[in-house]
Amino acid sequence: MEAVNILPEVTWVGVLIKAILILAIISALAGFGTFVERKVLAFMQRRLGPMHVGPYGLLQIAADGIKLFTKEDIIPQNANKLIFMIAPIITAATAFIALSAVPVFPDFTIPEFVPLLGGVFVPSIASDLNIGILFVLGMMAAGLYGPLLAGMSQANKWGIIGAARTAVQFLSYEVVTGLSILAPIMLVGSLSFVDFNDYQQDGVMSWMIWQQPVAFVLFLIAGFAETNRTPFDLLEHEAEVVSGYATEYSGMRWGMFFIGEYANMITVSIIAAIVFLGGYDAASAFGWLFIMLKIAFFFFLMLWVRASWPHIRPDQLMWLCWKVLMPLAVINILVTAIVMMV
Amino acid sequence: MYEIVAFYLFSALTIGLFLVTVMSKNILYSMTSLASGMVLISGFFFILGADFLGVVQLIVYVGAIMALYSFAMMFFDATRDIKEKNTNNTLVFLLGGLTALVLVLMFAAPIYSENIQALYPMHEGVGNAQDVGIVLFTKYLVPFEVAALMLLVAMIAGIILAGKKMDESLTEDMSADDEIVRETEIEKDDK
Repeated sequence: MEAVNILPEVTWVGVLIKAILILAIISALAGFGTFVERKVLAFMQRRLGPMHVGPYGLLQIAADGIKLFTKEDIIPQNANKLIFMIAPIITAATAFIALSAVPVFPDFTIPEFVPLLGGVFVPSIASDLNIGILFVLGMMAAGLYGPLLAGMSQANKWGIIGAARTAVQFLSYEVVTGLSILAPIMLVGSLSFVDFNDYQQDGVMSWMIWQQPVAFVLFLIAGFAETNRTPFDLLEHEAEVVSGYATEYSGMRWGMFFIGEYANMITVSIIAAIVFLGGYDAASAFGWLFIMLKIAFFFFLMLWVRASWPHIRPDQLMWLCWKVLMPLAVINILVTAIVMMV
Repeated sequence: MYEIVAFYLFSALTIGLFLVTVMSKNILYSMTSLASGMVLISGFFFILGADFLGVVQLIVYVGAIMALYSFAMMFFDATRDIKEKNTNNTLVFLLGGLTALVLVLMFAAPIYSENIQALYPMHEGVGNAQDVGIVLFTKYLVPFEVAALMLLVAMIAGIILAGKKMDESLTEDMSADDEIVRETEIEKDDK
């Protein structure tokens, strides 16, 4: 992106390294996320979860990975082959592109004793766009084209239902996401994640969540819908539509949908942590640790909710988004604006 | 250098994708190429340094084309080719070609005659979003508000059109339910 050129200390090598790091770490984390999800759900349901592969079931990730990579890649006969093959890539790619604009750590300098790279200044984001928050939300929205195209191209009725639900879900939550995040944007007066982080640096009481509790809850709910997490897990609700948009997929193409979904979960966790929970504290030495804990908490919250709440119906989702959450978000914006004016 | 390469790359891709949109007989291909073409147009905004407009383009068109997809889903079988009914191919070609020509001339004329000058140049040190906001709420306040009003009218009209018989089910035949109730009552009476 062009904004990169503005900062003098960002070189294209640095951007490249960061892009590769994001790809490697997040895909590994996505795999690990499935394991954590199975374990957490198992403990909440008083089971043990995966136990047989490796110590404490830890090597289950490797087993799953081998299975996904070696499985036959089946393309149905009547499907639109090109679109069918592209769809999972859209989900995975947009999820990673969205991650390129979120900061996770404070800017830091690599210590001198590290060979080759010592003393290099490292900014926190791969590309610090000054409209970062809109870019990330837009990219995550574009990610829903994956399920939509997958469902429409596979010549399968469950797939079509999954695709229709994708459209319904997208049109419902998107308004709420935008409106809920608008109130914090008004307070900060910027669309850059770094400004959001800097706005909340005066201790716990300066966190956005105390000023904008309504926006926080609305954003979380919309975030759950955005990542297809359980209360809004309409797209591939096993009990209703077999597997929805993913019915005909197998092997790595199926896996890419889930890498994308877990990457999106991490992105939503990062956004929530930075916008509402203070982000990384650049001044303190443990800022990087705290933000990891915050992100982990939001990730855990998603699993927790999945274990506690049942699915809802598509019409309930639309009712919730358009008749409850959207008016609430608009009222929240109005109140914020009035308070700011006075 | 970067910008020239990016510009030609985006141009070629956009034109190619929109060509597919027009030429393809498969609804899925045309819709997908339309969506990706719209996403790629945001690249031009990024090249011009208008980050905010670029992202707005991205968000708006992703949502708008998603709605278009839902219509496509309802009207067509997405996995088959569509038989187009063109009664007069030459007329379609002529009208389409003329429209394209007129549009190109319209937009090319000011560029050819004199260099385009920005009436409201970007301020140094002020963000992109702020600049757009300042212009929207000073120079273009009336059109902006009129557009908002029109959208509101369209929304209310849509709600009224769709919401007329919302409490009644269109698919369910209520008389069947009544029959079942009656039958169970008769069965109870028999017992």
